Amino acid sequence: MAGSQWELPPELCCRPMAFVALTGLDVVYNAVHRAIWDAFCANRRADRVPISFKVLPGDHEYPKCRTKRTSYEWYIPKGILKTGWMNKHLNLVPALVVLFYELDWDDPQWKEKQSECATKVEIDLVASERAAALCNACDLSGKSLFVLPHTDHLVGYIIRLENAFYEHAQTYYYTEIRRVKSHKEFLNKTTHQLLFVRHQFKIAFFSELKQDTQNALKYYRTAYSLVHELRAHETNMLEIKTMAGFINYKICRLCFQHNTPLDAIAQFRKHIDLCKKKIGSAELAFEHAAWMSKQFQSFGELFDEAIKLGLTAIQTQNPGFYYQQAACYSQDRKTLAQQLCQAGASYPSPEPGDTQSGGLDFYGQRPWRQGHQSIDPPDAEKEKTGIVALQIKERDVPHSELIIALLSNAVAQFKKYKCPRMKSHLMVQMGEEYYHAKDYTKALKLLDYVMCDYRTERWWGLLTAIVSTALRCAYLMASVRDYMIYCMELLGRASTLKEEQKLRIEKNLIKVLKNEVPEAEPECDPASVTAARALWNDRMALAGSNEFTIEVQDYIPFIQCKAKFQSPSFHVDQPIQLQVFLRADCPHPVSFNKLSVSLSNQEYNQWCVVESVGQESMSLLPGKTKCYNFSFVAKTEDVGKKIEMTGIELMLGSDGGGRCVFVGWRGAGGDAASTHEALLASRSSRRCGRAVEARQELDWDSLSIQPSTMIISRVPKISVQLSHQPPALNNEMYCISLTIQSQEGGVARDVKLTAGLKPGQDANLGQTTHVTLDCSKVCDDTAPALLPDVPLGDLNPGQQLERCVYVKCVSTGPRVFLFHVAYSIDTSVEGRQIVCKCHKDETVTIETVVPFEVSVKFVSTKFEPLERVAVDIPFLLMTDILSSSPWPLLLEGTQHFVLQTDECASECFCLRCPPLTNSSTTVATGQYLISWRRKSSGADSPLIQTAVALPHVILESVPLYIHADLPSFGRVRESLSVRYHIENRTALVQEVEMAVEPSDAFMFSGLKQVRLRILPGSEQQMLYNYYPLMAGYQTLPQLNISLPRCLTTNTHTLRRFLPQRIFVKPQGRQLDDASIAAA
Amino acid sequence: MAVCIAVIAKENYPLYIRSVPTQNELKFHYTVHTSLDVVEEKISAVGKSLGDQRELYLGLLYPTEDYKVYGYVTNSKVKFVIVVDSSNTSLRDNEIRSMFRKLHNSFTDVMCNPFHNPGDTIQSKAFDGIVSGMMVQTASYT
Repeated sequence: MAGSQWELPPELCCRPMAFVALTGLDVVYNAVHRAIWDAFCANRRADRVPISFKVLPGDHEYPKCRTKRTSYEWYIPKGILKTGWMNKHLNLVPALVVLFYELDWDDPQWKEKQSECATKVEIDLVASERAAALCNACDLSGKSLFVLPHTDHLVGYIIRLENAFYEHAQTYYYTEIRRVKSHKEFLNKTTHQLLFVRHQFKIAFFSELKQDTQNALKYYRTAYSLVHELRAHETNMLEIKTMAGFINYKICRLCFQHNTPLDAIAQFRKHIDLCKKKIGSAELAFEHAAWMSKQFQSFGELFDEAIKLGLTAIQTQNPGFYYQQAACYSQDRKTLAQQLCQAGASYPSPEPGDTQSGGLDFYGQRPWRQGHQSIDPPDAEKEKTGIVALQIKERDVPHSELIIALLSNAVAQFKKYKCPRMKSHLMVQMGEEYYHAKDYTKALKLLDYVMCDYRTERWWGLLTAIVSTALRCAYLMASVRDYMIYCMELLGRASTLKEEQKLRIEKNLIKVLKNEVPEAEPECDPASVTAARALWNDRMALAGSNEFTIEVQDYIPFIQCKAKFQSPSFHVDQPIQLQVFLRADCPHPVSFNKLSVSLSNQEYNQWCVVESVGQESMSLLPGKTKCYNFSFVAKTEDVGKKIEMTGIELMLGSDGGGRCVFVGWRGAGGDAASTHEALLASRSSRRCGRAVEARQELDWDSLSIQPSTMIISRVPKISVQLSHQPPALNNEMYCISLTIQSQEGGVARDVKLTAGLKPGQDANLGQTTHVTLDCSKVCDDTAPALLPDVPLGDLNPGQQLERCVYVKCVSTGPRVFLFHVAYSIDTSVEGRQIVCKCHKDETVTIETVVPFEVSVKFVSTKFEPLERVAVDIPFLLMTDILSSSPWPLLLEGTQHFVLQTDECASECFCLRCPPLTNSSTTVATGQYLISWRRKSSGADSPLIQTAVALPHVILESVPLYIHADLPSFGRVRESLSVRYHIENRTALVQEVEMAVEPSDAFMFSGLKQVRLRILPGSEQQMLYNYYPLMAGYQTLPQLNISLPRCLTTNTHTLRRFLPQRIFVKPQGRQLDDASIAAA
Repeated sequence: MAVCIAVIAKENYPLYIRSVPTQNELKFHYTVHTSLDVVEEKISAVGKSLGDQRELYLGLLYPTEDYKVYGYVTNSKVKFVIVVDSSNTSLRDNEIRSMFRKLHNSFTDVMCNPFHNPGDTIQSKAFDGIVSGMMVQTASYT
């Protein structure tokens, strides 16, 4: 009874379905019957009508119908609801009895069978189904006789049949409801209060059986309000609460079923508010708590079930809260039980909980006074023993188990609804409950699991409470390791314990370190303490397990540790220095015997240990920071490598006699809280103020951790100087002169130079840059972009060395060049001889520019720009070299000359294009080669050849070529003769018309207008004598030539071959010349 | 009137927490701590939809059997939590709001103190006074 007393009866929790009994089926031996039965009961999905079928033997005896009361006048009800009632209507009294009878319509003995059938029906009718009476032969109505043909479509027939049964069943429940309702008029409010509740409940229950859930809900609600109208007193409180709980359960269940969860929640809240204060008998207060717990639990289950069927819950309204509250009431129950159920009382005899029937007649009544509805218990003595019996039984209830089960249900829910903190809180409660249940291992596991959540969230108060519980568990289990861990944390700065408690804990910790039994924690159960003492004594006696390593990184231990390398990098010839800071937060000084730092290269570890000498151990004063310095010399192989601290270990206690505990930090110290503290310290506004204090005392929070350092090569004591004349010119052998001077005290050996393009630049630069040491000739494309490790020999102290590096840049733009001089030298650090490799890097960015611009143009012999060139007629090629170099350039060719910045050099070539062999209209004119170098470079330095491709020219052929022989100048009034040559370049005879136009500046003699023929390939000459009349540049008389046969060539095209003007000098004056000479 | 008032830092650790001394202090710490679940959820839900436009007052976070827990989040994500006895039905939403506003004003004053280090726990007599004014007055508390 103890645990199950508060369970809801299964008939209440199930979904009521119409009960139909099948008889006349032999399901064991008859295969056909078996098939029919299977078709009824197998595969009952939601689309089938809700009926619960049962096969009963033909001679089954149904419950007898009690004679119905005709008057309630002198009737006093004994309770609200009989315990058997629901079960009776669910499983015992069928709504319909179906009799199966095998009939063969052609049976010869039809008559006999018929009469046999008739008697059976009569018997059955007596038992139950009165409404379904009458037929032809056996008094059955046509509606109640069904024929089930045994064919292949059995399931189809069965479904039709059961639908018909369902209708009958509904009619039955309808009449039942009518019957119960009809009682109402006989009831009066004074004596029959209980019956009001009972009848409403029954109507509601029948409605449910009838699947009329809306009405069922309505009647349950009335029943619920009626139950609270009952006169409540101590003796019937349990009965009222039990029934209220039942009805509430039904209402909530139906509300969830109707998908109105808010109604369900509202009803439940109302229920709880109404019942919370109805404690009943004070001596059995735990019963109320148990009942409350059950209310919450079953609501949680209903809620959870609804969610599984598709309801969505939210973070603030989920079943977890109900399980949690249920657990809470179970905790109350436990507390009350501990207060009320004092040990010592002996169990009364005879058993007051026994009843004649073995169970209760009515829900929620006391077994020793069933059916009594009076305010005072009928027998005070019996009442007392009954209560004692209940109290004794309560003592044996495994409360913790119940609480833990509820809490773990709640945890699962809160996990689902994103409440990590609520989950943690519940897990703490679970842990505490395990602690109360003396299952310390489980308690510790849970507490340990959630501790880190509170630690990272920095809720120190809560953390301290949890760790304190954990410490008690560890003490009671005599788990030395856990005990020490929790002690360390409780002594730490995150602990909110009072000073005297910390003192006590520290004393205990010291005892454990000395291998002594610690004092018991307060608030521990005295019996458990005795057991724990024995355990501790056993532990102490055990040898061998006295060394512990405790990683405290993830806790907040009582000793804080921070370590740092003095610098993020050390030169290999410097000693590496590191500092370890320790600080104790506990009230007493702590002594320790060894401090060691582990480094990523373990060979250095031997230098980073400090141990106590003799009996004198090192100690840390509370609140004071202590600093330990270590230094060591790095190995030369480690140059370029990182040295990291992998751990710091502090040895508490000693290995001789006591316990030896290594407190370990990973990396360079710090713990679960130090990151945040450092952050706070960094943005602290009190920083300036602290700096003043810092002179006396290091500010712990602003101490930063430096867990690693780089070992870098020794600082080189040589100078590398570059001298050069930027910018570099495209394609030239750019000379960079390198001066290396040693300032070392010893000989720098194996000096090596790496020079060239600094790696890591644009990939194309590698292709277009070439470096060489050889200046005798222009390097080709095979020269590399970077010259590695050019040996330069040894360098004595003070010695200087010079080298020239030549760079050829094929493309323009900036480049970064690297000059890396490496050497090795012997040196000593703190008395140790080491060979150091040093190197010095110089980089320089050099811009490459184009040295000069070359422009080319074609002009006619008259210096007129040419668009096209006539075959076999001379023309001119003019080149201009414009220097854009900031340095003077030396151009070599036919002449040597120097071109300063922005100066221009021109050359002119007369060219003549031979007649074309093929039909192409353009012809390449070749390349223009320029040889040059910087003027400043040495005479032996090579010349750079720059080739400029000359443009193609467009060729044309002319039919007639005309040119003139004429002197370079004329003189006024002196005849000058001009001869025109007219050549026919075609294979045809050309007819030419020529005319000379008159001119003001000349008189002339010759043919003024002529028409002549020229044979192919031959030429005609025309001679004119011009007599200039005016001095200066004068336009020659215009010669108009036209080819009447060849219209494509006009005068204009021909005229361009002819000179246009001539310079005419004035007439000489001999007389005047003489007078001038005389003067 | 409140039974517990707490100020929680952006990183969710307590800056200030005070409860009526007659009852189990630890229980209130747990209540406030667990209420942060709901606060976090509410902040993240609003952050998604409305951007920066957000009401500071979060309303009733969740009801327990004995207490009602209300929340308020400043723009710098500092949380205020007020726990009220469930039986205290006279307290209206408006009054809770004004309590939060008062608390926020006083908190701002604390932050304005140049000697206060943001992130440290609040130790201010003025703030204490404001909180005391909002707490349930019990005999043991003066």
